Amino acid sequence: MAKKIRVLVAKPGLDGHDRGAKVVANALRDAGMEVIYTGLHQTPEMIAEAAVQEDVDVVGLSILSGAHLTMFPRIIELLKKQEAEHIKVFGGGIIPAEDVEKLESMGVAKVFGPGTDTRDIIKYLKQEFE
Amino acid sequence: MKEEKDRQYSKAKEKFLETFEGCSAQDIDFTTVSAEPVEPLYTPDDAEDLDYTRDLGFPGQYPFTRGVYPTMYRGRFWTMRQFSGFGTPRDTNERYHFLLDHGQTGLSVAFDMPTIMGYDSDHLRSLGEVGKCGVAIDSLRDMEILFDGIDLSKITTSMTINAPASILLAFYLCTGDKKGIGFDEMGGTIQNDILKEYIAQKSWIFPPEPSMRIITDILAFCSDHVPKWNTISISGYHIREAGSTAVQELAFTLADGFAYVEAGIAAGLDVDSFAPRLSHFFNAHLDFFEEIAKYRAARRIWAKRMKHKYGAKDPRSLLLRFHTQTAGCTLTAQQPENNIVRTAFQALSAVLGGTQSLHTNSMDETLALPSEKAVRIALRTQQLIAEETGVINTIDPLAGSYFIEAKTREMEEKAEDYFRRIDELGGVVKAIEKGFFQKEIGRAAYEYQKAVEKRRKTIVGVNKFQLEKEEIEIPLLKIDEQVEIDQRNAVRNVREERDNDKVSRELERLKVAAAGNDNLMPLILECARCYCTEGEIIGVLKEIFGEYEEPPFF
Repeated sequence: MAKKIRVLVAKPGLDGHDRGAKVVANALRDAGMEVIYTGLHQTPEMIAEAAVQEDVDVVGLSILSGAHLTMFPRIIELLKKQEAEHIKVFGGGIIPAEDVEKLESMGVAKVFGPGTDTRDIIKYLKQEFE
Repeated sequence: MKEEKDRQYSKAKEKFLETFEGCSAQDIDFTTVSAEPVEPLYTPDDAEDLDYTRDLGFPGQYPFTRGVYPTMYRGRFWTMRQFSGFGTPRDTNERYHFLLDHGQTGLSVAFDMPTIMGYDSDHLRSLGEVGKCGVAIDSLRDMEILFDGIDLSKITTSMTINAPASILLAFYLCTGDKKGIGFDEMGGTIQNDILKEYIAQKSWIFPPEPSMRIITDILAFCSDHVPKWNTISISGYHIREAGSTAVQELAFTLADGFAYVEAGIAAGLDVDSFAPRLSHFFNAHLDFFEEIAKYRAARRIWAKRMKHKYGAKDPRSLLLRFHTQTAGCTLTAQQPENNIVRTAFQALSAVLGGTQSLHTNSMDETLALPSEKAVRIALRTQQLIAEETGVINTIDPLAGSYFIEAKTREMEEKAEDYFRRIDELGGVVKAIEKGFFQKEIGRAAYEYQKAVEKRRKTIVGVNKFQLEKEEIEIPLLKIDEQVEIDQRNAVRNVREERDNDKVSRELERLKVAAAGNDNLMPLILECARCYCTEGEIIGVLKEIFGEYEEPPFF
């Protein structure tokens, strides 16, 4: 049996739009993954810390406030600092296409836009981390 | 004669049912977007015990099912109020002038996340968020710029602000005051609905108890000094956006509203001193008739409870006046132009449901903040409904429809069921602490997502009628990184230029009052007047009130 993928679903920044994060968390759990949800209003430091503490394979960030270009790279940088760059970061939210390219060049593993089927996220995670 | 007619009716209905059963139906899920079953046909049997005077009444008459005003849109159209704000106060001021020049009739301020959460633009937690999803307002200085060249005695302004509502209201009032406009001449709305923050929107600062105290302070202050201000906009919009069903939106919103009424009464206020200034804010979602029934049921429930349970005597206390916004969560990033059409249907349901004010979303909002062209089309959508379609000619045109009346009653009954469950949990605040609303909404959101993925529910362009390769061809509004730098500098300048001794004294006075029982509004106004920043005022209140934390669950 394949090992269970451990995912930290995290909400960085100040916005409270947690519908997407919770829907994805539910879907990943129903797909057999171990899911930890940080709750709202997390700083990059809190998220990186939780990712290391919980020894997850991957962090999923949900961000709808427009602060993605600040939050994603900051979390990646903090993971690196804690020698945890093996923990990959993916995410989703209100993110324009050109910013998706920027984020990917900054080391974000994958960005899922609005309207994504949760099965695509599951498929992606299983391919990469199982 | 009547017997003969009844016999004919029964026979015809029987025949219809037989034929209907004999035909094969399409393989479609015939439920509403909220997964509520709908009959293929409604008949007089479904409205049999409808009592016109008791259940509907005339427009402007109890129980106000048909509308809160006797003239409705013949008197005046709804207020076309596009929610807008981004970047610096100067950027947004320019957008306001653009909207007013294009025939918008009221303003509606979107604040950025740091403002909503009570942080100044130069706070560490504001990093990357300044001016992004709304305008950054740190002090009275920013508010003065925001309304530069706009006469606050002529326009009404709605401000979507909750936990720090008292402070932003104070900034606004001081802005007008400095131009010689009296508090009693200014009209507008603060959202100030903290309960739905804990339930759905999740932008809280203080725990529920002190938050409710601030709200009752605002109610008391405004009924004495700012009589044209709508003190709470009791909001279902965010509950629905977070994934609730239509019935949940209706029930949870009204439950919140009644909780404010009870808090006001418990604080010693006469219900009629503040209830006329409570307004509501609903979502206009996809399911056309379900939405219309929702608005009609809301008016009836509110009027009945205000009259019978809370003993309101002033007829204005019984009126559920509401703003509507089309459903942002139904917009798709795929084929974004389709959003224009979605929004038009949603807006039409709000108008047929008797809204007092309306925001229509722009087609590009799943991608970024709306561009000028997208906003103009959204505003034009409302103008088209008002000026071209003819739906404004007659009041509550769907009344008496077997379907609409049955659905209106069904929604009222289901809302009453929820009220009972909330009472059993010990009221709204207790239910929040137990995560009741949050879990109900989370479950509904996940069920809907699964229905979409199994294609039981269709989203055009997403799970049906997709395009192979899609180029997004609409220009997006970008917020320059310079905005954050400029705004950080601006707030630092304010701190240098003001009378800092006075600032310290006023903040100290506010702190003392917060620890006691005095109404906080006059003190917050004094803080605002001497250019205390929002973050400073919130900081003082946090010392006394503490901060709320939600246990994370999903």
